Formats: sequence, structure tokens, C-alpha cells
Amino acid sequence: MNLSLSRLFRATWSRVAGIAGVSLLLAAGALTTTSTAYAGGEEYFPLQSYRVGPYAAGGTGFFGGFIDYMQLINTRDGGVNGVKLTWSECETEYVVEKGVECYERLKAGLNGAPAAATNPLSVGIAYATIDRSTADKLPLITINHGRTDSTDGAVFPYVFPLQLNPYSEVSAIINYIGTQSGGLQGLKGKKIVVLYHGSPYGRETIPVLDTLAKKYGFELTQIEVPHPGNEQGSQWLTIHRINPDWVILRGWGVMNPVALKSAQKVGFPANHIIGNIWSNSEEDVRPAGDAAKGFISITTHPSGTNYPVLQAIDQYVIKPGKGNLSDPARFGTVYYNLGVVNGILNVEALRVAQAKYGNKPLTGEQVRWGFEHLDLDNPRLKQLGALGLVQPLKLSCSDHEGGGAVRFQQWDGQHWKVISDWVQADRALLRPIIETSANAYAKEKGITPRDCSKEL
Amino acid sequence: MSNIVIRRARLNVAMPVAPGLVMAAGLAILAAVPGVASEYWLSAVLTPFLILSLAGLGLNLLTGYAGQLSLGTAAFMAVGAYATYNFAVRVPGLSLLMDLLLGGLTTAAIGALFGLPSLRIKGFYLIASTLAAQFFIEWLLTKVSWFSNDDTSGVLSAPRLSIFGWSIATPVSRYQFVLGVVVVVFVVAASLVRSELGRRWMAVRDMDTAAAVIGIPIGRTKLLAFAVSSFVIGIAGALWAFAYLGTVEPHGFDLNLSFEVLFIIIIGGMGSIAGNFYGAAFIVLLPIALSHAAGALAAIGLDVGQLQNLQKILFGSLIIVFLIKEPDGLARLVQIARQRLRNWPLRA
Repeated sequence: MNLSLSRLFRATWSRVAGIAGVSLLLAAGALTTTSTAYAGGEEYFPLQSYRVGPYAAGGTGFFGGFIDYMQLINTRDGGVNGVKLTWSECETEYVVEKGVECYERLKAGLNGAPAAATNPLSVGIAYATIDRSTADKLPLITINHGRTDSTDGAVFPYVFPLQLNPYSEVSAIINYIGTQSGGLQGLKGKKIVVLYHGSPYGRETIPVLDTLAKKYGFELTQIEVPHPGNEQGSQWLTIHRINPDWVILRGWGVMNPVALKSAQKVGFPANHIIGNIWSNSEEDVRPAGDAAKGFISITTHPSGTNYPVLQAIDQYVIKPGKGNLSDPARFGTVYYNLGVVNGILNVEALRVAQAKYGNKPLTGEQVRWGFEHLDLDNPRLKQLGALGLVQPLKLSCSDHEGGGAVRFQQWDGQHWKVISDWVQADRALLRPIIETSANAYAKEKGITPRDCSKEL
Repeated sequence: MSNIVIRRARLNVAMPVAPGLVMAAGLAILAAVPGVASEYWLSAVLTPFLILSLAGLGLNLLTGYAGQLSLGTAAFMAVGAYATYNFAVRVPGLSLLMDLLLGGLTTAAIGALFGLPSLRIKGFYLIASTLAAQFFIEWLLTKVSWFSNDDTSGVLSAPRLSIFGWSIATPVSRYQFVLGVVVVVFVVAASLVRSELGRRWMAVRDMDTAAAVIGIPIGRTKLLAFAVSSFVIGIAGALWAFAYLGTVEPHGFDLNLSFEVLFIIIIGGMGSIAGNFYGAAFIVLLPIALSHAAGALAAIGLDVGQLQNLQKILFGSLIIVFLIKEPDGLARLVQIARQRLRNWPLRA
């Protein structure tokens, strides 16, 4: 008995070893294969995407929208001034090590097409690739998130927290609460709780919220929810005890619906919870069902499919069956539209750079120039079919953010309803804080900031 | 039990015959690599491989040689990373090697502290207490912003690395730096396990009562194991943070990483020095290989999500197979293969 068992083991073992060996060999082959085909006239977008793991909803929506927009540009316009867009994906699972590995794998371009910019959509991965991106001269785009002080392009030439950095985000929310309380002076004595995701992204705004609390005199409590955030009982009991006027939810992924459900359990009204830019999608509220009704959140880009650019995607990409989403019902949702917005900004930066360097595939360094000179006003946005979807945006050497405005929307149980006009962050107040932080970083890393008055 | 002991003894007897030669050959290959390997290989594959081998070595000293189980590896790596960072930032005059050494010593002290329960408890209970270290240290580093130099987001950015004017900024120099440190630590560790201390560790591992009877001070031996192991792990953590990722945050050193290092020594081989390399190669290369093969596998209907699950299934079953079939891991298999090759002409 014993003998046969051991023989069985041996046989199994040798087979397993054989399979493992063969697959390793295959993989080694795959690793060393470098394609030699040269595709003239293509610009490459390396996509560090994530379609599995706790944040898959965000990843599939965002990268789906991004890819569909690039497909639209290829099929409808034949590329950007004749330069076709190409891309490939590498799964990061939102894990920093994998993101770094993907960055290294993809940064060299694809089949001769140079890489334009990376868009990891993960603060952790973005932080880990700041140095690498700068050394490799490849723009690092962190739309609506990222490291706040990278707004100062003098110190961070290759990092772009487009549209809305985290400080602007909370500043705009506080401004909105101010208008709800009859002006900013009405904030005095109000109790505000911030519930944030236990990650670099979540902690990014702790100091600036403290500053704002001191300035406006509201009572601030900041509570961390450990990643991924599917258990928040004790945090909401604390909130129940504090009984604040407003709760600001700085969540991400599964943390958001759980927060809304837990709020309902302790009886906190959803219409006094304000979700931030990563707590504002359909995927964040639908799983919470009834508990989400009345929940308010900010957005830089309303959901919906009525914008001409989305209609064009529908016509050229989705209807012919080439759409990237596995669930077509997600077309026009918040994450998807953010992907489209991100696609527009990347493509427009490429276009701006082409105007200077010529209509050919450009290097990351050249595309960086394009980002820095991005200037989207309302007429241009109308041409793009994205008026109202993208806010007017003007970047410069010293300002890598550009916009800093958000709109507020409320969930009615079925759809997001926009309930405010553009609310601007107090960027003049934030700028000195950002510069101090950027300069401290420059000093620690031994970076000599660029002189922005001399940049062309 | 006795079977395992005998086998281990054989392993240790067989070791001194070849390692010098093998190690020299391996070293020559690793040193020659920057000439042929691409930047991607250096910075995304070989550097993490070397660092994880080092972490595996640290845990192997504790678990494979001294028989003390631990799930706190990632926490000790975090201590090493944060200590090195703080020495680098707060004591500007020190050289990088000094920072690394002090970071390692700090980790050794913390490791010995969390090793204290091992004086009274063993096995499962010891795992639980090292697990406590894992959670406590992660929590502490998150909670007390002093450790991260009051950085806004709690993410540390690696200071500029340089030794005696040699700037370590490119993938090649980072790889060479890591290789240098790893080789030194491995050479020291390899001679350590053959020294009196190493024999004491193995005596404690195989039967602590017997070890006590022949006059080995059990408590001191165990604590030394924790200290030396944590020292090595701390250095691995500092390298992981600064020479590989370039940033460090407490949650980068979570329980998953502890398990990963544990898998390295289970697959590579408990109580083996070379096994750490085999195990780390396996842990680093398999996911990357699968991810590279994703395109080809998608054609036969395996999508990315399933690949990730496949990887977990593969790791899980391999660990079970190894634990049952070959507790000495890949190191033992390599040794058997070599033995067979040596006898080959004489066998049919």
C-alpha cells in the first residue's frame, strides 16, 4: 500500500515537474522574444491595467473607456494626423510590484512604436514610478489623483495630476459645504468627519484638511479604513458617537458601498455623506441599494451617453462589436467616461506635441511638451464633442493640474443627477502648500527645479 | 521525523563538496549579466529575485536551521526599510553602507524582541506571536508619522543612493549594488551555518531537549537565531524599498509578502543556502512568465482573471506536493539530479 502510494506520488511529481519545466521554458522563450517588425507611423500607449482584484470595477471601466476612445480615433480619423495609436495591456492587480514590473516591460515601446505616456491609475504604482518616469523621460499621467505636489512641474517635469489633484478635491468639497452652510464663515463650529482609504491615496489629504479646519474653524475628525475596506463597523460607530454635520468619504472600490450600508445601519443620512472623486461611480452606489439613495459625490465628468464623443464611440466602436467592455451596460458610466476623458487628454497632448515636432510618432519627452502646453477651451471641447464632459484645461510648466473644478451630483437610486455648477477649489490657498512640499522633495532628492520663466 | 533528520544530515554532508565551485560559477554568471541582459531583466526580474533570495535566506536561518517558525518576515523587512531610511535622512553624515548596517542591526534588535516568546512557546503558538509582530509593526508604522519623516501620504521616497562617489541610479548600478550586498551576506551566512552557532541551531531544531542535555543554552541560541535572521531580513527590506521599488509604504510589507518568503523557503528548500535562490527564482519568475504568456493563453480561452487563479492553484498545489514529497525542496531535487548525473554512465 505504502509502496504504491509512494509510486503514485513519484509519478505525479515527475509529471508536475515536467509541466512546470515546460511552462518555464515556454515562458523563457516568450520573455526573450523581441519582435523585429517595425511599424512606422504608430504611437504606443503602455497600459498598466487591472481587471482582476478588489479594484477591478475601476480598472475595467477606466481602461475600457480609454481603449475605446483610442479605437475611435483609429477607425474614424485614421489616427492622430495619420499616426495610428497602438497599445498593449499588462495586468497589475493594483499591486505596486506588478505595476513596476509592467512599467519596465512596456516602457520601451511596441514593435518600434515609441511609448507616449503611462497611465497606471494607482497612486502606489505612480509613486513607485515617479523616479523611473523622470529618468526614462516618459510622462506619468495621474488623472484626478496622484501625488499633489507633482502639480509643481518645475520639480516634477514628467508627472501630471491632470484636472484635479487631491488637495483641490477636498478644498472644493469644503467650499461646497461652505455654500450649504450659508458661506464659508458658516463652517465655524461644524463637525466634519473624513473617512479615508488606508493607502497613500487616502492619506494624501490629511495635512491639507487639518490646514483647512484651522482656517475655517470646523471640528475635523479623520478616520482610516484599512484596505480594502469591507469591514467598517467600528468606524461608523465612532461616527455615530461624534454625530457630525457632514461625512466626507474618500473611498475606493469595495469600501464605498460598504460605507453607505454601514451608515444606514447606524442611521446616518446618506444625503450628508459627500463622496470624493473615487467614490462617485455607479459601481460604488448600486451594490449599496437603498442605502445609497440621496448620496452626494463630486465629479469632474458627468456620466451619461449624450455627449457627441460618446455617440461617436457607440457608432464606430461599440455597435460594430469592437468595444472593450465585457458588459455593454457600463457604457457611459462614471469610470468609463473618465477613461474617455483620459483618452481625450492623452490624444490632445499628442496632437499639441505633433504641432511642434511634426506629424510622426513622438518620444515620451516630446509628448511631455504636449502635455505641458495643453490648452483646451470650450470651443475646442465642442469640436471634440466633449463640451461639459471635460472641464476647460490649461497647463503650463508650473501648473501640471490645470483645472481644479468639480461638479456635485446626487444618486437618486437609478442615476446620478448633477446638482451644482462647477465648484472651484481654492487653488491660490493651496499653491504655497504645494510649492513648499515640492521644494522639500527637491531638496531631499537633490533635484534642481527648472526655471519656468525660461521654459518655452 | 527521523527520516527527515537523516536526510537533512545527508544534505549537510553533501553540501561542502560542490558549493564552492557552484557558487563561483553562479557568481560569474550573475556578475556578467549586465553585459547581456536588458534593462527590463535587470530592474524588473533579477533585482527583485536577488532581494527575495536574501529575504528567503533570513527566514531560512530562523526556520530552516533553527527550527523557529515565523510569519513576521514582511514586518521585519519593513523595520529594515524604515530604519535605514531614518538613519539616511536624520543622520546625514553616514554612508549608505553604514545606514544599511544600522538598519540591519535595528531590525536584529526588534527581531530578538519579538523572538522572546520563543523561549516559552513553539510551533503554532510561535507562528501566532510572530503574526502579531506582522500586524503590530504595520500598524505602528502607519500610525506614527515620525517614522516616515512626517510625509503627507506616508510613502517614503528613496533618498539618493551612492557609495564613495559611486552613484547608484541606473538599473545596472542598482543591480550591481544589490548583487554585492547579497553575495557578502550569503557568504557570511553560509559560513555561519557551518560554524558552532549553526550546529547549535540545528541541534535545537532537531530536538531541543537533547540539545539542552548536551549543554547548549537554548534561550540564547534561539534569540541569536531571531537576531541574525532579522538582520538579514532587515537588509533585504531596505534593498527592496530603495534599490528595487524606490518607494516604501507600510502596506507594501503586508502578510502576503511574509507568505511569499515562506513559500520561497518551502519550495526552495528548508535548511539549504542555495535553495533560497531556487525558491526565489520560482516565486519571481512564475507570475511574470504566466503574465507574459497571457497573450498566447488568451487564444485558448484563458483570460487574465483565470490566469491569476491558476497561479494561486499552482503555488498551492506545489507547496502541498513539496511538503509531502520533498520537504527539502528544490535544493534537494537539484542535489539528486547532480548525483544522478555523476553516476550516470554506470547506470543503465
